[in-house]
Amino acid sequence: MKESKSALLVGVGGQGAILTAKVLVNGLMKAGYDVKMSEVHGMSQRGGSVSTQVHWGEKVWSPVIGKGAADIIVAFEKMEAVRYADFLKPDGVAVINDYEMASSSIAAGLCEYPEGCLEAMQKHYRCLVLNAEKIAENLGNAKCMNIVLFGGMVKALHMDDIDWEAVIAETVPAKFKELNLQAYRAGYAAV
Amino acid sequence: MDKVLLSGNEAIARGAYEAGARMCSAYPGTPSTEIFENLPQFKDALYCEWAPNEKVAVEVAYGACIAGARSLCAMKHVGLNVAADPVFTAAYNGVNAGMVIVTADDPSMHSSQNEQDNRHYARAAKIPLVEPSDSQECKDFMKEAYKISELFDAPVLFRTTTRVSHSKSLVALGEREEKEITPYVRNPGKFSCTPALAYRNHPKVEKHMKELEEYGNTCCLNKMEIRGHKVGVITASIAYLYAKDVFPEDTSFLKLGLTNPLPMKLIKDFASQVEKLYVIEELDPFMEEQIKAAGIDCVGKELTGNLYEFNPQLLKERLFGEKPQAPDLGVAAVSRPPALCPGCPHRGFFYTMSRHKNFIVTGDIGCYTLGGAAPLNAADTCVCMGGGFTVGMGIAKTLALTGDPRKVFGVVGDSTFFHSGMTGAAEIIYNKGNMVPVVLDNSITGMTGHQDNPGSGKTLQGEIAEKLRIEKILASMGYEFIQIVDPQDLKAMDEAVVKAAASEVPAAIVVRRPCLLIKGIKHDIGKCVVDTDKCIGCKSCLRVGCPAILVENKKARIDQNQCVGCTVCAQVCPKGAITRKE
Repeated sequence: MKESKSALLVGVGGQGAILTAKVLVNGLMKAGYDVKMSEVHGMSQRGGSVSTQVHWGEKVWSPVIGKGAADIIVAFEKMEAVRYADFLKPDGVAVINDYEMASSSIAAGLCEYPEGCLEAMQKHYRCLVLNAEKIAENLGNAKCMNIVLFGGMVKALHMDDIDWEAVIAETVPAKFKELNLQAYRAGYAAV
Repeated sequence: MDKVLLSGNEAIARGAYEAGARMCSAYPGTPSTEIFENLPQFKDALYCEWAPNEKVAVEVAYGACIAGARSLCAMKHVGLNVAADPVFTAAYNGVNAGMVIVTADDPSMHSSQNEQDNRHYARAAKIPLVEPSDSQECKDFMKEAYKISELFDAPVLFRTTTRVSHSKSLVALGEREEKEITPYVRNPGKFSCTPALAYRNHPKVEKHMKELEEYGNTCCLNKMEIRGHKVGVITASIAYLYAKDVFPEDTSFLKLGLTNPLPMKLIKDFASQVEKLYVIEELDPFMEEQIKAAGIDCVGKELTGNLYEFNPQLLKERLFGEKPQAPDLGVAAVSRPPALCPGCPHRGFFYTMSRHKNFIVTGDIGCYTLGGAAPLNAADTCVCMGGGFTVGMGIAKTLALTGDPRKVFGVVGDSTFFHSGMTGAAEIIYNKGNMVPVVLDNSITGMTGHQDNPGSGKTLQGEIAEKLRIEKILASMGYEFIQIVDPQDLKAMDEAVVKAAASEVPAAIVVRRPCLLIKGIKHDIGKCVVDTDKCIGCKSCLRVGCPAILVENKKARIDQNQCVGCTVCAQVCPKGAITRKE
């Protein structure tokens, strides 16, 4: 791979985007890539919008990407896809969780959740949409939603040359291994 | 050895370990916190602690270096404001063993109250400044920083930014170099900062800085990469990585890791080898102004600007006018600000204060800063650590001048109380402040991710410690009417603030309930549900500002994934439509 690639994972604090990025990074490292990632901690833990970036290739410099530079965006919440859409390359792909979380400003009655997030994204970008929450709930635990989305991401990026199941098994806590493997397969099959 | 993926902060901890650091003291603050969270793994080789504040941390680390141990402290950028006093004096007195002070700046203010550029501190205090770009450098430069500290008899300022501290990249580890503690020898002629000594020390400091500048011209932290003679870039810190992504292959770089004092001979040599010279740095034109003052023509801030953090695409746009095109989606995301968690003990206090329009609340730094956000809107000010008490004092004294009857409640958290709230509590008693200090005691340093403090009963190294009781400290200062309240009981909370406001004797309130996110203690978790037949859609429950409550089809709904059953919303519902199911 001559050109480097970059991914942006966006969601709401507590949705598990950082663990997902960790699985991605562990797999890329195993495959021998130079990898850099950047995440923002701090106040974003408290229900705020969060983003994690991963940049990989033979040699990469910046851990951070700007607008128009992401090959893929994985949105754990559909309004967050809209918020970060301008980070996508024109030919980039968005994997979007068809899942809605009100923000604290919506809960406070200050504004309303915007209509048509998915449709707007689909009109302008290549999108793979899945209801990861429902898939995760059907597997018995809504918390594995992040790995469901990761399954969709792997398919979208055509990264099948890496043994992701082995990477997931090594990265997630042992007692959630089976659940997360099922989540990965279900997410892969769903898009 | 295989490379491992480390954040900048993890790598700094590792670097301190490898450099033989023995004594480490810090106060948590984003984005610096993980440095010290990653030190206890080396506790067989070094001592590490959370100090009550940054000034204490620097003083402890400085004392350790006087006594002959390589020492470390770390803080966020504004923490260095708190710690500045001993730093400036340590610069004059010098060190015995190496001392490194890490400052983690926060361009773009991801979780800070300002965007100050702490490189200026190094210049003002006349101490060496080391700036790494990635995690490998975070580790390797620590070793160099200790070397420089000992060679030039000065504490070293080691500056990162949020992106250096929180980005992860691959690091090749090294072995620890054991540094024996040199036996302590009494030396007041060096370490006692009398005016006469300071008078003698200033020329010594100026001389050391001259020598350090000379050292910087050849030291391994500063490196020249000549790839062509058309364009050259002088850069440091994370901006180096962005610039490497942005400039063409035939661009030459002068990558600086030792940035105070600037190696002007090296810079002149580099500048003479290129036709066009750029200086790429985030925030202030720290290097650029000095380079221009040395008579070297260069381009920088007129293109890149002083504001916020960079990224490669932003630099491309500002330097070369390449603007990425994005389609107009026709729909916009609404803001998603951070909020107090469902079940947060601060909610009950701030909801109570929001119902009293004649109360003024002076807030402080921590999770409870969020009590000032909508819909609670229950804080008038937030200035700095400890300011909750003392800014309130100034307001209360001024209100008294005009006979304004509004009552001031000054608010700090438990960790902030130990940090710099105690001096404010003394000020209020001593100078007869007509206000009520309130400590929101959630038993932990919350916002930075749960660090222990003098009230939590545990140390950074996991040992059981004396648990300082806030109410006892307040009582010993002279507060005669101290109420301890559970904020989740809204009736009791309201009674407490009303009584405190009316008190004839000095009153204080300790609002006590542990943060729900603390592991290892039993929390009372349940779920609240709305009886939609009883709900009249009045939205009273929305006024508590809980992320778990929504209104759908004109009725309240509680997200069962988020609710923890604190019942604050149930207590404000006028129709009794919300109940807790066990």
